[in-house]
Amino acid sequence: MSFMEIKDLRVHYPIRGGFFNTIVDHVHAVDGINMEFEKGKTYGLVGESGCGKSTTGKAIIGLEKITSGKIFYEGQDVTNQRRQRNSAYNRDIQMIFQDAHSSLNPRKRVQDILAEPIRNFLKLSDLEERRKINELLAIVGMPEDAKYKYPHEFSGGQKQRIGIARAIATNPKLIIADEPVSALDLSVQAQVLNFLKDIQDEFGLSYLFISHDLGVVKHMCDEISIMYKGRFVESGTKKDIYQAPEHIYTKRLLSAIPNIEPASRAVRKVERINVEKSYQVENHRYFDANGRVYDLQAISDTHKVAKTDSLEGGI
Amino acid sequence: MNTTQELPKIKHADNTQELLTIKDLHTGFRVKDTYYNAVDGVSISLKKNEILAIVGESGCGKSTLATSIIGLHDTNNTRITGEIEFRSLNLAKLTDEKLNNIRGNDIGMIFQDPLSALNPLMRIGDQIEESLIYHTKMSKKERTNRVLELLNQVGIPNPNRVVRQFPHQLSGGMRQRVIIAIAISCKPSIIIADEPTTALDVTIQAQILDLLKDLQAETESGIILITHDLGVVAEVADRVAVMYAGQIIEEATVEELFSNPVHPYTRSLLNSIPQTHSDNEKLEVIQGLVPSLVNLPRNGCRFASRIPWIPAEAHEADPQLHEIAPGHFVRCTCWNHFHFEGEEGGSLT
Repeated sequence: MSFMEIKDLRVHYPIRGGFFNTIVDHVHAVDGINMEFEKGKTYGLVGESGCGKSTTGKAIIGLEKITSGKIFYEGQDVTNQRRQRNSAYNRDIQMIFQDAHSSLNPRKRVQDILAEPIRNFLKLSDLEERRKINELLAIVGMPEDAKYKYPHEFSGGQKQRIGIARAIATNPKLIIADEPVSALDLSVQAQVLNFLKDIQDEFGLSYLFISHDLGVVKHMCDEISIMYKGRFVESGTKKDIYQAPEHIYTKRLLSAIPNIEPASRAVRKVERINVEKSYQVENHRYFDANGRVYDLQAISDTHKVAKTDSLEGGI
Repeated sequence: MNTTQELPKIKHADNTQELLTIKDLHTGFRVKDTYYNAVDGVSISLKKNEILAIVGESGCGKSTLATSIIGLHDTNNTRITGEIEFRSLNLAKLTDEKLNNIRGNDIGMIFQDPLSALNPLMRIGDQIEESLIYHTKMSKKERTNRVLELLNQVGIPNPNRVVRQFPHQLSGGMRQRVIIAIAISCKPSIIIADEPTTALDVTIQAQILDLLKDLQAETESGIILITHDLGVVAEVADRVAVMYAGQIIEEATVEELFSNPVHPYTRSLLNSIPQTHSDNEKLEVIQGLVPSLVNLPRNGCRFASRIPWIPAEAHEADPQLHEIAPGHFVRCTCWNHFHFEGEEGGSLT
């Protein structure tokens, strides 16, 4: 049973220009996407830069105004709701940002950073608050005296863990993780990913995991949506996407991932060139005359692909 | 690119023609009155017709190594000792004027961020032409033709239009192609590529890597590829050197390194890639942190603090690179004692 549903979400930015700086056109950053979130699952959102994946995350949490579409949280319409301290939605949906350093206030100590969501959303006494902060630091595996330090005193991985501690302070149900590890080194990335999985098991969290790295997404996610030009081109379980990709764009992305087997690289290059060729040739089956992605069609219970049947076999 | 042709094998330069030989290179940066070595005793050589990858995490000194080769450091605050032998010249000792004849001419460089490497106020054509003006005696007309030819070569559609454009009018992938065009404009024998695809999307990354590889085969130059991405290394490199804390800790051919990694650092790094794991398996985590330049232990095995369970006597007092198989070098002896959980203890042969 899903606790949250997104229906036909659209975020359009106006392009201003002309004589009176009037709106001449819109950028369709997010153009009609549907999602459902279930407890304890990780949802991946993958795409190249500029495809609208971060905008989707921001629109869901309310950092970006939604042009049209609805977000339902536990049956309640929370679309474009003002951010209120007493709203369950704002308490239960939290976010982890890509650049941990710039998401932490450099003038606040760690204890004040962590206290902020606690003071906003939970009514705790001073003693309880202090206990909660110690608890949070213990969860993310940091020593207790870390709370007296400032963000710049920590390494990249540690800062990201403080960001995570802040996100889990209010016992959220869904955490939107926008590229949480792409600024980190490989070994630190492994640490943070392991850790995200651990707290998921412990607290039954759901994640919306936004990333461009298909290797990381494969490791983390149960269900994956591939995004292109503001729309989903394919969505399905991890198995659907990685073992039976249907959309040409998904195939293209998958064939481009560098693999750590040098022996088969020549074979992969040939495959990549073939996929690229069919991407050029079969374009019309996947994109309409305006280059827009078709609507998603279910091809199995879990697997949906955006393509048209009308021209199938036409090539 | 003909797909029907026979698949190219990973090549290994059997002609031992060395383009560039680095011997015991130390590059130190001054903090107050002390110099701290970011590159600490690196010896490596680049052969003709090969792609040598230098991998490591941030702060391991891989980019410093690259910039030391072409002398991009501020000489007042940097101390470079050792030999960088190129055409019987020692680049580490050359003056700026003499280096200018080499930079961009014999050694080309590709930078990570193409937007900041290009001049925003200059047209693409002029930027490519610039190095031709400095380094060749071509006439204006020859240069214009050469620019168009270069843009064609790096796969830019409609070069006649692009030469008139400014960098901001191009996409990231196209900008990186322009950078590559500039780097190869004078047919250099060495190209240094410092994280050439890190700022790009995966599909563009694949295209740029294919392009680099094709160009390399065409021009028979040598490429030094600096990267943190082991996937990229596996895709294009012929030989790999892994760096940690300013030193090379393992060096081998690309097949050897990925099929038989030996040093604990290399093995842990390979094991922390999500790709290599089946679902829900834990990723390997390396304990502790990369020591900062200032606090770096200068004697003994530099990786020792990350693998504290390995007894001190397993490390060498002054770790050296040992050749454990032809062309496969490993620093220190601690790898003999390193094994992952569930593995047979002891040697890996």
